[in-house]
Amino acid sequence: MMKKSASRQTGFRLSPRAIPTVAAVVIFLLMLIMGQVLFGTYIRLGFMSSLFMDHAYLVILAVAMTFPILTGGIDLSVGAIVAITGVVGVKLMIAGVPASLVIVIMIAIGAVFGLLAGVLIEEFNMQPFIATLSTMFLARGIASIISTDSLNMPQNNNFSWIGGEGLKIIDNPKISNDLSLNFGVIVALVVVAVSYVILHKTRTGRTIYAIGGSRSSAELMGLPVKRTQYVIYLTSAVLASIASIVYVAGIGSAKNTMGVGWELDAVAAVVIGGTLITGGYGYVLGSVIGALVRSIIDPLTSDFGVPAEAVTIVVGLMILAFVILQRLVTFVRKE
Amino acid sequence: MTKEEPLVSMKGISIEFPGVKALDNVDLRLFPGEVHALMGENGAGKSTMIKALTGVYKINAGTITVNGQNRIFNGTADAQNAGIATVYQEVNLCTNLSVGENVMLGHEVRGHLGINWRKTHEAAKTYLAQMGLTDLDPHTPLNEISIAMQQLVAIARAMVIDAKVLILDEPTSSLDANEVQDLFQIMRKVRDRGIAILFVSHFLDQVYEIADRMTILRNGKFVEETMVKDMPRDVLITKMIGKNADELSLIGTKSRKETPQAATDRPLASVRGFGRKGSIYPFDMDLFKGKIMGLAGLLGSGRTEIGRLLFGADKPDKGTYTFDGKKISIDSPATALKNRIAYSTENRRDEGIIGDLTVRENIILALQATRGMFRPIPRKEADRIVDKYIKELNVRPADPDRLIKNLSGGNQQKVLLARWLATDPELLILDEPTRGIDIGAKAEIQQTVLDLAAQGMSVVFISSELDEVVRLSDQITVLKDRHKIDLMDNDDTVSQQTIVEDIANTSVSGQSQGKEER
Repeated sequence: MMKKSASRQTGFRLSPRAIPTVAAVVIFLLMLIMGQVLFGTYIRLGFMSSLFMDHAYLVILAVAMTFPILTGGIDLSVGAIVAITGVVGVKLMIAGVPASLVIVIMIAIGAVFGLLAGVLIEEFNMQPFIATLSTMFLARGIASIISTDSLNMPQNNNFSWIGGEGLKIIDNPKISNDLSLNFGVIVALVVVAVSYVILHKTRTGRTIYAIGGSRSSAELMGLPVKRTQYVIYLTSAVLASIASIVYVAGIGSAKNTMGVGWELDAVAAVVIGGTLITGGYGYVLGSVIGALVRSIIDPLTSDFGVPAEAVTIVVGLMILAFVILQRLVTFVRKE
Repeated sequence: MTKEEPLVSMKGISIEFPGVKALDNVDLRLFPGEVHALMGENGAGKSTMIKALTGVYKINAGTITVNGQNRIFNGTADAQNAGIATVYQEVNLCTNLSVGENVMLGHEVRGHLGINWRKTHEAAKTYLAQMGLTDLDPHTPLNEISIAMQQLVAIARAMVIDAKVLILDEPTSSLDANEVQDLFQIMRKVRDRGIAILFVSHFLDQVYEIADRMTILRNGKFVEETMVKDMPRDVLITKMIGKNADELSLIGTKSRKETPQAATDRPLASVRGFGRKGSIYPFDMDLFKGKIMGLAGLLGSGRTEIGRLLFGADKPDKGTYTFDGKKISIDSPATALKNRIAYSTENRRDEGIIGDLTVRENIILALQATRGMFRPIPRKEADRIVDKYIKELNVRPADPDRLIKNLSGGNQQKVLLARWLATDPELLILDEPTRGIDIGAKAEIQQTVLDLAAQGMSVVFISSELDEVVRLSDQITVLKDRHKIDLMDNDDTVSQQTIVEDIANTSVSGQSQGKEER
């Protein structure tokens, strides 16, 4: 309360709803600084480059999850869509299908699952949670039927370059501290930019926020709610298959069990990034920061000597802290 | 103001729900540049008629003509495209967005790079200015402005979509007198632009003030269309309820005289220096058995806050509470119920009824709560209580197994009253028991309140309708800006006018400063 009145006096107009997102940025920076001070390897070009390249897929998934969560919905199927598109994609490559066609097919598969979720939600009036839970099991099941082996991409494919070493922008001769960028990161950045434009610069985007505020109001205002819901679940599923393309290209293999729990990592990133889980408020850039916070937890905890088994506890505590922060902000608002 | 061609003509509209004929062959004509009032009791079919016109419900029979064109609405978007905009009672806007976004939603100004927010907000500003909201920054979040302003924002939105017909469904039910006047000013402005306004309100005074023409419905049937100036009030009431309304005006004047004077010297409940920071400044109050204490004041004057404090729904931070000679400390509704204090909320839909439970379950809810979960009320006992109150309060339909959400507002209120009566309270606090219900049910509830007092119950009666307070109360506590400013014995010298003057002439600013400094 004190802070609020103080900021009013100085005329600084920060929407209280943006506080969780700003907090996420601050915490990300603090984590970087802490890592740098204690371990000396964080604020370096090499570290940042690999952080982005290794987690481009998570950034894309977090952006994907932002769409349904903004409306108060959720898409639990994104992890399973990563698996099915990955398995199908690598199978096709082994069979000699050219990479460009493989990419089109992978995206099409994602779109089918997104469309299915949209139909279940809009035509059969199902909760997004239940609808995407069922498409999640369906996608995972089909992936397992196709293959339960770890499928390796053939040598000399036209695909791996997407997630490969990438080009070195600053080649640091002494140590492995190069600023590098691969195509996966570029894809992620494009996804972020396009999503930002959709959400903030198009009527469809504003309808998404309106649905998050009140679906019935949005309907009574004559907004195309149903069509927008289809757009949302199609977008999240297609982005999930793009995440799959980036990830599979990076590791060079696919398996039916990959992506288990990623939907929840994506939810964590979105929540940490300051999007309200009940919808209506949030920013796609916040989700990007959320994904980065989520990504940096792994190296940081391992440097601290936290056993890998306990990392999820750290993630859980962070989510808790951010949700409490959101609650406080909402509370201050009501006062 | 005679216009030969109606803008909207609904003919022979019938809508059936399973087992119910909600509308039966109803006509409605809306003329450009006219305010048309849709009159009728709760359950007469007003809302259904509106929903037919806005495309929420499909009609089973009849035709809708807008601007000479036959229209079939398959959804709200269809109706909007035909130029029909609606502002609902509970304001259908998005509270998470800004005022400007709400005004322009779906009609944002677009440039080459998507929405041009600067121009969008500028456009919103001009539309808001038309509603007299010149000082309202379109960037303000919607949830920071009052309901009255939100309604004007919703009307501004109707101007954006270039509506030919504006439907206002109970727009004034949560506004105070000044806000109503502001709204009416805007309505006249909009009307004079040649827009047809359909206005629904329970307040007859408002209808007579603003409306040009009216259509009367009763039990889903068309009764009459007439110019407002040709329709005397008593005739209107008779047509709406189908019986003579004289009995209504007799309530109170007759019964109050019959109430015994000063039943006991010792008050049943008595509070001293009772208050809560931010809701009501400390006040004293004595409540006697067999007496009705009316609380009069404007919206936000602290009426409801007193009710909630007396019931323990809010905790007092000052003062003492004496009940039946004993000092008590009421910190929750459960303790209040144990002390046989009951409170019926003003917020019927959200805090009162539980829509998906039956009438029976809603009635025995509070009684069961006082017994605790391990001592269920025997079915026979429950049936006896439920039947008794359904009969006594004339709940219609008299079916204890019907879901309460399917009852009209007036009957829901009766069920709520039954719920609290079933706990056999000594002190009953009624907060707006007659808000938003029709005249017939209103009269029944008023009569019940008088009967209860005559039987020795102490009643606190809270209402925004002064005539009701004056008619029913033995004593009236007058409130202004969260202060108790007066206590009147309700004798022949007291009228609505004296209370209004009392509120207008009493200044509380000095008082409040003194109290805040403590």
